[in-house]
Amino acid sequence: MTASLLPEGPPEGLPQDVAPPDGPCGRHADRPLPGGRTATYRHPPLVRITHWINVAAVVVLIMSGLNILAAHPHLYWGLDSRFDAPWLSFDHIPRWAMIPPARNLAEARDWHFFFAWLFVLNGLIYLAWILWTGRLRRRIWPTRADLARLGPSIVEHARLRFPKDEAARAYNVLQKLAYLAMILIVLPMMLVTGLSMSPGFNAIGGILLELMGGRQSARTLHFISAALIVGFIVVHVGLVIWTGLFNNLRAMITGWFILEPSRPDPEDLR
Amino acid sequence: MREPSRRRWLGGALAAAGAGLLAACDRVAANPVVQQTLRMAHGLTYRAQRLIVPREALAPEYTEAEISPDFRANGSINPMAADYVALRQGGFADYRLVVDGLVERPLSLSLADLRARPSRTQITKHDCVEGWTSIGKWKGAPLSVLLEEAGLRPEARYIVFYCFDALDQREDGDRYYESIDLVDAYHPQTILAYEMNDHILPVPHGAPLRLRVERQIGYKHAKYIRRIEAVDSFAHIGRGEGGYWPDRGYQWYAGI
Repeated sequence: MTASLLPEGPPEGLPQDVAPPDGPCGRHADRPLPGGRTATYRHPPLVRITHWINVAAVVVLIMSGLNILAAHPHLYWGLDSRFDAPWLSFDHIPRWAMIPPARNLAEARDWHFFFAWLFVLNGLIYLAWILWTGRLRRRIWPTRADLARLGPSIVEHARLRFPKDEAARAYNVLQKLAYLAMILIVLPMMLVTGLSMSPGFNAIGGILLELMGGRQSARTLHFISAALIVGFIVVHVGLVIWTGLFNNLRAMITGWFILEPSRPDPEDLR
Repeated sequence: MREPSRRRWLGGALAAAGAGLLAACDRVAANPVVQQTLRMAHGLTYRAQRLIVPREALAPEYTEAEISPDFRANGSINPMAADYVALRQGGFADYRLVVDGLVERPLSLSLADLRARPSRTQITKHDCVEGWTSIGKWKGAPLSVLLEEAGLRPEARYIVFYCFDALDQREDGDRYYESIDLVDAYHPQTILAYEMNDHILPVPHGAPLRLRVERQIGYKHAKYIRRIEAVDSFAHIGRGEGGYWPDRGYQWYAGI
């Protein structure tokens, strides 16, 4: 029953209880643990390293970004700023949310652009790697079977009841779609909208600027993308805690994720 | 009875931890090694943009209909320096732009002289470092024309713009200045503007002459220019960072 949930079943000819190899090397088989639990190798080193670099970069970028926003806390749509008609304004951005923790546009820009470079280089390495190794297709791209389970997965999320057994080995379909949207749409949008605010880059990226709808639309879209990232972080961290803080943290630090033994659940109406 | 006190203790502990974290952030942000490391990104951005953006690539230009009705003037908007006020009261008839430094033939040009030279008109956006944008129409003499005329010496690497205005409005205050490299100095859209939106450049926007360097952020667009100097280094000017705001922590290269 679990094999169909995996993006790819185990290669033909292998017994069903052998886990599919992880990554191109497939060095890591599952490790049986006492009590019927199984340790499975979930995150290879490159994923773990780029994940934590990305955490640091995104946090600094958001907080220094708020400090930059504080210099002119009004957002507009279009080419320019019609100062009497911002669509959104902020009265007060709290100190604790900003880097550095007081209004300082010059230093905030230093933080922002240093970590922007880190964010972009780190992101490019990650993207190139998951494409080259096929990990994107294998672990994140939803299969037909996944998409067919969209309804049940929504119910599962609404009830906040998630499998901890073999069914937790692969990402569920909403998880895959959320990761995919972040990796391929929202995070790249940060770069594209950010670059579109650079007058130097505008000299070769004029078409991008037009696609954004102008410099002030680019600034607004930069803000909206950042807000989507904050929304993602809230849900992501919330679910990491809810579905097993230590198991999830261990997996993203050491690579190993523990699956509980399957047991029939009388409440499970699937 | 225990609950409230425990809750109060927890709240106090959280507040203390938060304050501690903020103080730690303050210390990290103020650490000179940290700041020096962060500033390494300036050079990277400068080199990357110089590498991927062709020398002559133009900043986007806009139509008459897209000109902002409310182009904001900020920084100095009405300099009080005695030499400036005297020139302004005389309608800038006695104004002379000096071009000197590492040049073969220093120039001293009146506004009429500048208007007699070739001009370029462009409708461009002005991106303030604060985040806002205004679109305006500018007419002026290309800086490249003046530099050709003066004849840059081979050791010249930067062009420095000295201005009349001191932001603190004190007679002995630090006067505004800015500098750009020769790539931007010779860029076709880099002009010394004497007209804005088909009118004589108004005082809040830098009368009688301001720089437009369209591929950089607003603070590079020096207003109230009195002198242009070609230099091989700006280390001896101001605090040595190449501009009034760069001397105060802002990036010298403001293409981003």
